[in-house]
Amino acid sequence: MDDRILIIGAGQAGLQIAVTLREEGFAGEVTVVGDEACGPYQRPPLSKAYLAGSADLQSLELRAAHFYSDEDITLVTGETIVDVRLAEPGRSDGCVATATSGRTFEFDKLAITPGSTPRRLPIEGGDLGGVLYLRSLADADALKARWVSAENVVIIGGGFIGLEVAAAARLADKTVTVIEAADRLMARAVSPITSEFYRVAHERRGTRVLLGAQLARFLGDAGEVIGVQLAGVGPAEGEIIPADIVMVGIGVIARGELAELLGLENIAGSIVVNEYAETSDPRIVAAGDAVLMPHPLGHDGQVRLESVQNAVDQARVAARSLMGVRETYRAVPWFWSDQADLKLQIAGLSTGFDQIVERGSQASEKFSVLYYRDGQLLAIDAINDPSDYMAVRRALHAGAQISPELAADSSIALKTLITSGEA
Amino acid sequence: MPEITYFSPDGSQTTLDARDGDSAMETAVKNGVKGIVAECGGACACATCHVYVDEAFTAVVGGAGDLEDDMLDGTASERLPNSRLSCQIKMSSALNGLTVHIAPKQI
Repeated sequence: MDDRILIIGAGQAGLQIAVTLREEGFAGEVTVVGDEACGPYQRPPLSKAYLAGSADLQSLELRAAHFYSDEDITLVTGETIVDVRLAEPGRSDGCVATATSGRTFEFDKLAITPGSTPRRLPIEGGDLGGVLYLRSLADADALKARWVSAENVVIIGGGFIGLEVAAAARLADKTVTVIEAADRLMARAVSPITSEFYRVAHERRGTRVLLGAQLARFLGDAGEVIGVQLAGVGPAEGEIIPADIVMVGIGVIARGELAELLGLENIAGSIVVNEYAETSDPRIVAAGDAVLMPHPLGHDGQVRLESVQNAVDQARVAARSLMGVRETYRAVPWFWSDQADLKLQIAGLSTGFDQIVERGSQASEKFSVLYYRDGQLLAIDAINDPSDYMAVRRALHAGAQISPELAADSSIALKTLITSGEA
Repeated sequence: MPEITYFSPDGSQTTLDARDGDSAMETAVKNGVKGIVAECGGACACATCHVYVDEAFTAVVGGAGDLEDDMLDGTASERLPNSRLSCQIKMSSALNGLTVHIAPKQI
């Protein structure tokens, strides 16, 4: 088998497809094309260690430069693919992708890992200097460039990214306000119990948290943002909050350009794949943030997962599909968010839960929330409690159960309560 | 640059020069040493970079911190007294010559 495989997208998923192809013994050409200036790097530290200055550029790279030549992987950076022609039956010419620069890439099989892009905020003043988003290294560098001199930091959006940056800003002794439109923090990811804990915990660390708040406009002077004005409803109505930096973290949207270009089934840009990471065109696989997939634990429905875990695990499945090995994607989703000294670890997907069990102590900032549906374990939010987190992750991985009645007793270690089979 | 040697579960052996301050995990992953998964990239969030530290180095490497200690309780391979998460071992001249055995099962 000596096909030429082209991977469009050089993030965590794109890299992992190339790595897995080689690990599994694929001997053909492997080319990874990315539109960013540098090779594959870790995004999670951008809102944490990189911002805080404890991680440098070299520490972010996912592989050393020589890795690509060692593994005979062609890494192409700074090229955006704008046209892809697939081979037609009966025609002798093959598949070719073309970049903005005019450079072309011939291939036999295609993987796409387009990733996602921050949702933009259409608001008066949204184009002022100092109104920033955080997704790429370039975004992080723009944030860092203003970081040291900034006194007032306003975060729009109380999700993982926003709260991580808020925590970093408080550690740097800045005045920090988090403005969230919903009535609680991280509403898409965690239960109301966890949300409320985090609101209190951030306020305890000196961050002002405004929930249910609506924005009126960003105010500027000479093209630079100087403040955020709240709308005439909700808490702090009409108030103007001074801002040297406005960091907008209101979620991401799938980058759907390639899916459109290739005519792949997609929902608002999210590429629909099956359990083998195959798109509606069986010649093309897709993985990562931009993908809508069957539930990875076999439950009903489709999910889109924005996580390193999914990028890596789904990429492995995609790589095997490219090699003709069909392996069903089964993985326990997991996530983490480091906010100051609060380590949030989530395993499983809590969607559809009908019962919650809380363990540990919120006052000591070490507790966990277990989610159940019909008595079956679904997921956990663990705060500074890796032991509970690992127990649930392992239970979900094994298809095992932890009785909600027994789990309610915090004095018993969760890992001792794992029972195999159905509850 | 401190030198580190990895023994992979498949029996292969790799010796690398680590960058000062990089973790034993980063050094392995960036250079393509197989067997260390390290999905979280060093945030002590996944416990998939489990190694056994060579007896000669357990004292100088030291023990696991509280968080790491809890994560080690959930590793896929058996936890031994010399178990560490390699993302939490920062390379320095004091660790020159360090040898670790990569745990056979990470996930």
